[in-house]
Amino acid sequence: MKKIDFKSKSGMQRNEKIVSSVLFLFGIISIFTTFGIVFSLFEETVLFFKEVSILDFLTGKEWTPLFEPARFGVLPLVFGTFLIVIFSSIISLPIGLGSAIYLSEYAPKKARKILKPILEILAGVPSIVYGYFALTTITPIIKSIFPDASVYNALSAGIAVGIMTIPMVSSLSEDAMMAVPNSLRQGAYGLGSTKFEVATKIVIPAAFSSIMASFILAISRAIGETMIVAMAAGSTPKMTLNPLESIQTMTGYIVQISLGDVPYGSIGYKTIFAVGTLLFTITFILNIISRTIVRKFRRVY
Amino acid sequence: MEPKIKIRDMNFYYGDNKALKDINMNIYEKKITAFIGPSGCGKSTFLRTLNRMNDFIEDTRVEGKITLDDIDIYSKDIDPVELRRKVGMVFQRPNPFPKTIYENIVYGLRKNGVNDKQILDEVVEDTLKSVALYDEVKDKIHKSALELSGGQQQRLCIARAIAMQPEVILMDEPTSALDPISTMKIEELLLDLKENYTIIIVTHSMQQAARISDETAFFLNGEVIEHGETKVIFSNPRDKRTEDYITGRFG
Ligand SMILES: Nc1ncnc2c1ncn2[C@@H]1O[C@H](COP(=O)(O)OP(=O)(O)OP(=O)(O)O)[C@@H](O)[C@H]1O
Ligand SMILES: [Mg+2]
Repeated sequence: MKKIDFKSKSGMQRNEKIVSSVLFLFGIISIFTTFGIVFSLFEETVLFFKEVSILDFLTGKEWTPLFEPARFGVLPLVFGTFLIVIFSSIISLPIGLGSAIYLSEYAPKKARKILKPILEILAGVPSIVYGYFALTTITPIIKSIFPDASVYNALSAGIAVGIMTIPMVSSLSEDAMMAVPNSLRQGAYGLGSTKFEVATKIVIPAAFSSIMASFILAISRAIGETMIVAMAAGSTPKMTLNPLESIQTMTGYIVQISLGDVPYGSIGYKTIFAVGTLLFTITFILNIISRTIVRKFRRVY
Repeated sequence: MEPKIKIRDMNFYYGDNKALKDINMNIYEKKITAFIGPSGCGKSTFLRTLNRMNDFIEDTRVEGKITLDDIDIYSKDIDPVELRRKVGMVFQRPNPFPKTIYENIVYGLRKNGVNDKQILDEVVEDTLKSVALYDEVKDKIHKSALELSGGQQQRLCIARAIAMQPEVILMDEPTSALDPISTMKIEELLLDLKENYTIIIVTHSMQQAARISDETAFFLNGEVIEHGETKVIFSNPRDKRTEDYITGRFG
């Protein structure tokens, strides 16, 4: 065989060094921007809590920061967000998981080839389109079933958010299920299992941690979703669990104020930072829960 | 004696590729039948036709007839899930489920509605004893099966198959991923098991086939070249190609 000349090691090592320092720089930039954002959020929040007590904020049942008498109980906004999370989860978790099971366990290759790209396209649709869909399609359907429902309501927005997060749940869950080795399926089939048993007793338990992570991600997404709720859920902070009423979510409130003409530095202005911090904290906690679940239930096949 | 399994004029296709050609064979009850032959000759494919595991591979086709106790296993009224309960399978690589040792063994029973703890406990103990694993694992039956060594895992997989009380056990190179001691244990186990089960084993080890099997079938390019009593095949093969293969002069 002909002798092969390898590239000199020292040259490669120099390149390695450059690449690694550039990547390090990128890493640092992303960490600093994150810290910067959190810091600016907290700074205004601290100012807000000099005027309003944290306890009143977290337990108050009325949110009327711009009216007289101004009240700063955030619970109505939390309830609004909660409603959206509930109804979007009712849609996205079962349908997302169901389609993941179908794609990974049942679908013939051809069906997979067609369905996967469609789901991915769905994931790329801007949320404003879903907001529009909620207003023009979902709301009229809801109104035809429940004539008392408000034009803006939590149910419509929740369903739209749910539809939007289906692809996320299904593609993450499917990836996790596809990662379960085929030998386990074969073993189960060899013991006389049906497809359904293989999916529910072998594949889902083996992929459990990642499936849970995808659920939590979908919930975080629903909590943070802004455009759909601003368009379809209304702007009436209300402590209700009735999905047919007009409500307001934490994110919905933040856009409303950001787009309005609240003077800079006023208490109304500061509220959005307090609400933002609360939002950040909730998603942060969810993130930690999801990491814990992934670590605790991770399966080594 | 009536054969347990009869294969008549069987052809098998992966798409247009005819992987098994014109197979005729009888497999007898409570005997060990070994399949030998070079890589790619169709041994695994053949094994999988016997419990219809090939059904999962898209675009495959079987012609001819395979009967188990004179019932056509490819007939329309046969439920392949039911068939696989009777014809168990052990794979080349140990594939325990990521569950406890206990749950691995009772998986099939639970699935069939057996939930009585006393029965399940008994089955676990009995099957672990029959695969000579009980003493090694009796203190960690409720620990993950993945903590076992490869050889122990494979014996667990055999226990899992036996727990279903199958009539036939198919084994595709069950010892090829194992060390000599684990291999020996499994061979001894198979000799015990054949009192109650019909066993078909694919192996690349001539010694293994000679040591444990009653019947041997030699495969080449999708055909059965020779099939008969192991003693005869190894001492006095009729076909030159069989002789070349078992003496290692092949290819
Ligand atoms: N899933 C499959 N799809 C298409 N062709 C296949 C598939 N599995 C096996 N084949 C083909 O069928 C033929 C027989 O393969 P098989 O796996 O049965 O051989 P084998 O005798 O078990 O070999 P080995 O000793 O290496 O395990 C080979 O030519 C192989 O390429
Ligand atoms: Mg093989």
